Amino acid sequence: MTTNHILTVENLSTRFQTPDGEVEAVNNVNFHIDPGETLGVVGESGSGKTQIFLSLMGLLAKNGTSTGSVRYKDKEILNLRSRDLNKIRGVSMSMIFQDPMTSLNPFLKISRQMTEVLVEHRGMSEADALKRAIAMLDRVGIPGAAQRVHMYPHEFSGGMRQRVMIAMALLCDPEVLIADEPTTALDVTVQAQILDLLRDLQKDFNTATVMITHDLGVVAGLCDRVMVMYGGRVVETGTVRDIFYDSHHPYTEGLLKSMPRIDRANEDSMFAIPGQPPNLQNLPTGCAYQERCGYVMDRCCVERPLLKGFGDGRASACFREDGQ
Amino acid sequence: MTAMTAPDKRDNAPILSVRDLKVHFPIPGKGPFAKDRPLKAVDGVNFDLFPGETLGVVGESGCGKSTLGRAILQLIAPSGGQVAWLGKDIVGIPHRDMQPLRRDLQIIFQDPLASLNPRMTIGEIIAEPLVTHKPELGKDEIKTRVKRMMARVGLLPQMINRYPHEFSGGQCQRIGIARAMILEPKLIVCDEPVSALDVSIQAQIVNLLQELQREFDLSLIFISHDLSIVRHICHRIMVLYLGNVMELADRDSIYAAPRHPYTKALISAVPIPDPEIERNKERIVLTGDLPSPLSPPSGCVFRTRCPFAQEKCATDVPTIDRVSETQEVACHFHDSI
Amino acid sequence: MMNKSEKTALLQSAGATKEIEGRSLWRDARIRLFRNKAAVGSMIILGIITLLAIIAPLLSPYAYDQIDWGYIQEGPNWENGHIFGTDGNGRDLFVRVLYGARVSLAVGLLATAVSLIIGVTYGAIAGYFGGKIDSIMMRFVDVLYSLPFMFFVIMLMVVFGRNIFLIFVALGAVEWLTMARIVRGQTLSLRRREFIEAAHATGVSNFKIIFRHVIPNVLGPVIVYMTLTIPQVILTESFLSFLGLGVQEPLTSWGVLISEGAKVIEASTWMLIYPAVFLALTLFCFNFIGDGLRDALDPKDR
Repeated sequence: MTTNHILTVENLSTRFQTPDGEVEAVNNVNFHIDPGETLGVVGESGSGKTQIFLSLMGLLAKNGTSTGSVRYKDKEILNLRSRDLNKIRGVSMSMIFQDPMTSLNPFLKISRQMTEVLVEHRGMSEADALKRAIAMLDRVGIPGAAQRVHMYPHEFSGGMRQRVMIAMALLCDPEVLIADEPTTALDVTVQAQILDLLRDLQKDFNTATVMITHDLGVVAGLCDRVMVMYGGRVVETGTVRDIFYDSHHPYTEGLLKSMPRIDRANEDSMFAIPGQPPNLQNLPTGCAYQERCGYVMDRCCVERPLLKGFGDGRASACFREDGQ
Repeated sequence: MTAMTAPDKRDNAPILSVRDLKVHFPIPGKGPFAKDRPLKAVDGVNFDLFPGETLGVVGESGCGKSTLGRAILQLIAPSGGQVAWLGKDIVGIPHRDMQPLRRDLQIIFQDPLASLNPRMTIGEIIAEPLVTHKPELGKDEIKTRVKRMMARVGLLPQMINRYPHEFSGGQCQRIGIARAMILEPKLIVCDEPVSALDVSIQAQIVNLLQELQREFDLSLIFISHDLSIVRHICHRIMVLYLGNVMELADRDSIYAAPRHPYTKALISAVPIPDPEIERNKERIVLTGDLPSPLSPPSGCVFRTRCPFAQEKCATDVPTIDRVSETQEVACHFHDSI
Repeated sequence: MMNKSEKTALLQSAGATKEIEGRSLWRDARIRLFRNKAAVGSMIILGIITLLAIIAPLLSPYAYDQIDWGYIQEGPNWENGHIFGTDGNGRDLFVRVLYGARVSLAVGLLATAVSLIIGVTYGAIAGYFGGKIDSIMMRFVDVLYSLPFMFFVIMLMVVFGRNIFLIFVALGAVEWLTMARIVRGQTLSLRRREFIEAAHATGVSNFKIIFRHVIPNVLGPVIVYMTLTIPQVILTESFLSFLGLGVQEPLTSWGVLISEGAKVIEASTWMLIYPAVFLALTLFCFNFIGDGLRDALDPKDR
């Protein structure tokens, strides 16, 4: 099986051992990423969207284990020793997080944190590495990069810190950039700047990007393909148009309807998905969405709908597709 | 839209009138003998709130919107100005006189779990305002009322002995709402009540607030950074920037025809969940970050990020102009841009 | 909006009166604590020591101050009933060690209780009100801290004479300072929490906020510190007794016994070993319980 996917994920499952029992955070997830595309991963908190990517980056919490297969090009990388993983992680695949402060060392200057990677992985000299770091900071829109590279993380504002993170992630020309809610902690005007920047950078570098977010607005503006997660499983995949204009899964539909929209005056009340997000420790038999679904059938409560493809990368996990 | 028209103001006196409200925090200067510098979190805010009305207060982090909400409730002492509650100024009144008024003034917080005492059962949490203000009520009466309110906000009444950590975020927010509603107050300040919740839960909470508002003729001050939620729940909207009001208008005017460049930028920055519209819409992208509130720009505080700034903006502080019956704007050039 | 089925379910359940019991954080902590083997083992050992101390007179035919002229400073001997041997005055060491346990444990518990009551209240008030009140109250603590403790105790002894209650007072008066600092620090961070603000907004009085919202939420670290204070107090008492400032003969404590044993370490090792083992065992137990409690009360820090 030869493919030109950069990243292929097959049957990925991630479990956590907790004092209250085993929790299956990610369940049998399959997807792939092609060069230059942007994949949106949408879901609520606890849907497993972040855990997928922490698993494949080898960043799971200690009580977590993953099974399945993750291939970077043709190399299996799941559960690799961290020494081997480090040749890929941060070099060919980078990840940026919601809170940049958690991934920046507050006691080191930005210059030091940026050049370290280049010197180690690229064998660059300190001087060249610094030049590249400055060029990269300049590229992500940090004014006065040559001076500011010598500052400490806390001297930057939230938006600027996220820019620094993006610059650091792009230093080694990664082929995959995983962005986990990169704009959630930012103000809307700054969010717009960062989203513009990500769009621009993708054009320039042709990096495959994964955008993990709960904000469908961000997905609409940025992504090519979308994967919707619920209760640790993928419930629907498709192109951004498919998802937004022709959604098949009731959860996707509900999510879209319940998003408040700034461009529309509202009716009497907002559409709301009833009920609470599922408790992963205590998932019902059958479909995880059954308790909140408007189309629920008897079958949904006994049997779990599998993700079923229907052409062109479209798939949905719902019995409604069976034409019942 | 007809179902959500603002209550007719002319018939009613405002329930709350805020005049030139200021909150300045002293920040210690650099060096041991330097003078304290004032951080002007809220700097001269004026508005009226009418019974049954929802006023949205929007702005970016650090614009003073949360401080404003707390200053209205006298949880933070204002440095100047007036807050007239039912026609009576409550700024600086003695603690003793303020206590009875708190029955009518409540607050809901952003972080649903953090706003509930983890060591108390939710029955005790919801009952606390009752126990405080109506000590004459018997235990059974209190319990009945708590259960009734729990059912009203969508919580199972038999959960009364459970603890906050046993609930999801949305349910915790319902507990917070039940606590705020149990005394049937006249005004609730909602400080980002849905920001910490999942999208599918946000709408539930917004709808609950709207239902309660109709049922109890509540006034709401809805503080939020999310302009799309605000559009759905608020009758009027006030845009704050560095503690100053940029624009104050009713909902339809502000979204259809924003007059202040900051309002325009804010609205255009909100992503729309529709790929076609989102990718083709016109946007005003602001450059840079919020200036430090310790040294706000001279003249118009927004001028450093304003794409239309001119010389006049650096020297003159714009006054709030009434541009229509329902819209007020603080910009020198609101006519030309 | 709720859908119909949910609403009817809600209405039906509103009629149902059966209330579901909640799982309090304290209960969770207790469950976690009882999963900790070292802590449970320590609690059992401590329980046995305490029980022995309480029923001490029933266990041995000898009284703690009774001199057995036939066996002066004799080693352990099962046949004559002096199972730990006797001391230089011919008194049964087994009974004396258990009586010493009474004094040591009582001093530990009472002095800690004194420090707990004063420290928690003082710290919570200082931390909650903050500002000038906090500054004044904490400077007072700083001043007391800087007084030399030994000097303070010796002065008390000189003025009021040697008295076991003075030891409680002296130790409690010193230990509450640290407790107050811990509680104040915790309260300062709690004060900004939203549930405190919610109580304010409702108009709950400061006094009630402190006792209903602040103190229950600082008890976690307080309890942990308490289990570490008890051995510290026992140790300090032993030290005072070692110096001759502790309890008065013929009453005894582990410190006194160790002090006596140390003098004759070459001739009669048992006089040192038995009280020392009991003291060390108790200290270990308290420390293990403290560790267990810390993990149980704050599982994130593990």
